[in-house]
Amino acid sequence: MEPIKVSLESLNLATLFPMLIAVGGGLTILIIDLIKESLHKSLYVMIAILFLALDLGAVIGLDINTRGFFDVMFVDGIAYLSQIIVVVASMLFIPLALTSKRFHEFSLPEFFALFLFMVAGFQFMVASDNLILIFVGLETASLALYTLIALHNREKSFEAAIKYFTMGALAAGFFAFGSALLYGLTGSVEIYKIAEVLADRSYEPMWVVLLAAAFMIAALGFKLSMVPFHTWTPDVYEGASAALAGYMSVVPKIAGFVVAMRLFEFLIHSDVTWVRDILYLAVVVTMTFANIVALVQKDVKRMLAYSSISHAGFVMAAIMIGTTQANSGLFLYWILFLFTNLGAFTMLWISRHKSQIWHDRFDHPYEKFSGLVQIMPMAATIMAIFMLSLAGVPPFSLFWGKLYIMGAAVNSGYIVLAIIMAINSAISAYYYLKLIVYMFMREPISDKQVVYFKNASLSLKTIVGISATFTILSVLFISPLLNYITEVVRVSGF
Amino acid sequence: MDHILSLLVFFPALAGMLGFIVKKENIKVYGITVATIEFVLSLILWLVFDPSNGGFQFVEFIPLIPNYGINYYLGVDGISLFIIILSTFITLVGLISLNIEKNLKNMIISLLFLEMTMVGVFVALDAVVFYIFWELSLVPMLYIIGYWGGELRVYAAIKFFLYTFFGSLIMLVGMLFLAYLYYLATGTISFAIPDWHRLILPYDYQIWLFLAFFLGMAIKVPMFPFHTWLPYAHGQAPTIGSVILAAVLLKMGTYGFVRFLLPIFPDASVALIAPIAFLSIVMVIYTAMVAYAQEDMKQVIAYSSISHMGVIVLGTFAMNVEGIAGSIFLMISHGIVSGALFMLVGNIYDRRHTKLLSEFGGLASVMPKYATIFGIVLMASVGLPLTIGFVGEFLSLMGIYKISAAYAFLGGTGIILGAAYMLRVYKLAFFGPLTNEKNKNLPDLNWKELTSLVSLVAVIIWLGVNPNPVLKPINASVESMLQLMEKKAITKEAKDIFAHNKVELEAK
Repeated sequence: MEPIKVSLESLNLATLFPMLIAVGGGLTILIIDLIKESLHKSLYVMIAILFLALDLGAVIGLDINTRGFFDVMFVDGIAYLSQIIVVVASMLFIPLALTSKRFHEFSLPEFFALFLFMVAGFQFMVASDNLILIFVGLETASLALYTLIALHNREKSFEAAIKYFTMGALAAGFFAFGSALLYGLTGSVEIYKIAEVLADRSYEPMWVVLLAAAFMIAALGFKLSMVPFHTWTPDVYEGASAALAGYMSVVPKIAGFVVAMRLFEFLIHSDVTWVRDILYLAVVVTMTFANIVALVQKDVKRMLAYSSISHAGFVMAAIMIGTTQANSGLFLYWILFLFTNLGAFTMLWISRHKSQIWHDRFDHPYEKFSGLVQIMPMAATIMAIFMLSLAGVPPFSLFWGKLYIMGAAVNSGYIVLAIIMAINSAISAYYYLKLIVYMFMREPISDKQVVYFKNASLSLKTIVGISATFTILSVLFISPLLNYITEVVRVSGF
Repeated sequence: MDHILSLLVFFPALAGMLGFIVKKENIKVYGITVATIEFVLSLILWLVFDPSNGGFQFVEFIPLIPNYGINYYLGVDGISLFIIILSTFITLVGLISLNIEKNLKNMIISLLFLEMTMVGVFVALDAVVFYIFWELSLVPMLYIIGYWGGELRVYAAIKFFLYTFFGSLIMLVGMLFLAYLYYLATGTISFAIPDWHRLILPYDYQIWLFLAFFLGMAIKVPMFPFHTWLPYAHGQAPTIGSVILAAVLLKMGTYGFVRFLLPIFPDASVALIAPIAFLSIVMVIYTAMVAYAQEDMKQVIAYSSISHMGVIVLGTFAMNVEGIAGSIFLMISHGIVSGALFMLVGNIYDRRHTKLLSEFGGLASVMPKYATIFGIVLMASVGLPLTIGFVGEFLSLMGIYKISAAYAFLGGTGIILGAAYMLRVYKLAFFGPLTNEKNKNLPDLNWKELTSLVSLVAVIIWLGVNPNPVLKPINASVESMLQLMEKKAITKEAKDIFAHNKVELEAK
């Protein structure tokens, strides 16, 4: 037996540093808790932000298109970009723990440790083209997320966590089946090798390839809340705190999109048109169905849940189109969506109140926002801008994302798809407008004590300010951002 | 002078933002001051505008997303110049006559934002910039109708928003496709309207793209059968909302016809003259008949508005200088006349809180000034010679006469019907015995109302007697546009029509 010699150089541990920093941060928080108990949450938040900042630094220092750690780590342009999105989004969401009201889960250091583990999980998921490592990353992140939801410690949160866990487990099963089939077909778990082998034998036997693709679509469909695998989304968002719901609508999905992009792109560009057709169908159904259901929601948070399903469908179209322009559009859209949705959910989070219950069933019924413009004109205006942005009214940020993805669709000959997207934007305008109507055109409900913004603190207001600035002034930075994204996506060959 | 257009666009919005700081009690003075400065700015633009130049002037160009062909690209020509002045003028006059008590500050700030979007639409030379202002104009209007409107205001506001939003999204897809075709033809992507003007498209693409753009703009006009949102919006909107909606926002659609449809798709425009003329004629006659049957004064004017817009569309699709220049002139005259009519209805509504014709009668004896002004504006609306309404209608119909005498005749019946329903309103409201007790002590117009109305009446008579200062620059731009269309035409029908124009122009 020859001893296997592995030089440290060839491991290229730099690719692993970002995740290690996040995990190390989580462990540090746990150790601090062991040494001194009952520290204030602001300490943990700041430590988490510090480690995330280090993490971000480590990501930015990476060279694009390198492999590392026995070639299971793979840092190409989209891995690089999506890791930045994940970490920046996490840095923006974690200060939402600093509410002025006390919430149970934020007094636990475990919350912040789990949060950092989850970030590491998502980073593993995007920075690899090895199905096993993707699976490990997915499960690390998901398990942490289930717990984070349950920590909110309300009846609905447990329901949400269990629902998400059950559905997530099913999805994980699908993912494992799909991976096993692909491995059985090709003898490899690395996506680029799978693509090569399948291309060599011209995708025979076809039915196994299709079965594997079906399993993968179902697995990722759960994570990306594509219809018909979306049923958990509104309940889970409702049960989770608004801050976490906002996080869930952005970060796990970008990780899912990256995996979907890696997995489906070669299938879409091959002769297996079935994958393209089924994705086309899924995209259209997801957008349309979610939009129609969102029309009848009575609770703003549930409305936003369905809206985020619809946005995910919209963006999934970019993967289905599969050109560089479309894939760049995906990242552009999601970065813009990150800020707008962050803002919208933070506004909900700010208006959250534990004892003042507006509705026996919902936390954020539309009535709660009646006449907000007369009580808090600034807040109402900002919330309205987030809603207009989500609806795609120019010049607010998401308009540019929609414009670019619809442009990509048109440029690739998907005119009908572009028209469906346009019609869906028009449908979605209705439910976003509904909130604006409540805020601007109704009188405040006078018999309720005014409770708006009881939860506001400096850090929450800062986050809202940042989101609003990005949403309003997006036109100024779209061009450099788009150039950068396009460059990064192009070098990774998507 | 290089940045006068940017100044015109953003001055009201910036002023509106500063308006948040102004004290509630003084906000109206502030609003009027800002609107006056804006109006003076637009007059300066007219002053320095070179009327003999048919091309775009005061062009500003700043790259926004250069890789995707989106630029901040502004310019003004004879076609847009007067609609810009109309927008600033109507905003100023509307603000002077404004007498809303409830939440006045938000109203004035919304109006200033609306002014930005209106001017923005008419100076944009980049389709995306155009689209941004086009869509953004919905938001303040949504608020104005939805907050200060009548009982069904929320329904009317949402209907207005969704209808237009839907149409314009389809138009957006058309824009994206057109930009892509431009890319295929030239290798660079561009959303610049002057670039698109130079693009010669295959006939079948033209038809489809024409329809996509047409849908978005026809909803705004509103063309029959997409007009159903307008009576609701007018019925519920406060006076100022109706004034701006009728005077300026509807013109965005017809302006879009002239700016986009004709020069970009000349062959499709020629091929579709017949169906569009049919829709316009239905619109003219049908809504005029509906107007006759209305019991509510404001609804009469709302429907008459649609009817007149039909004549504008007819003139636009006449494809000759008289028709197009006439329709642009009619846009301006209709803006002034319908604005004045809605203001007049607003005045009586403020006094009686009803707009039902059955409540009135014999008003001429208690409100002589009001009756006089109403009479003059009404004559202009009917198209009496020597008023502003005559010039545009006459030229539009003369233009379409060259296409088909039948179109001109049927369109002309709109004028007759217009006289019928307007005179009916006048008879019911102003003549006859003064039966209703409540009307016996109505005060006549106060100085604020008089200021705004008299200035409108002055314009009505001035431009009715001497339309040339406005018509000349419009003619220059329309002629250069028609020359461009002639060069671009590929089908035989289109070539024939434009060649005919050329012969006439040379004969002059």
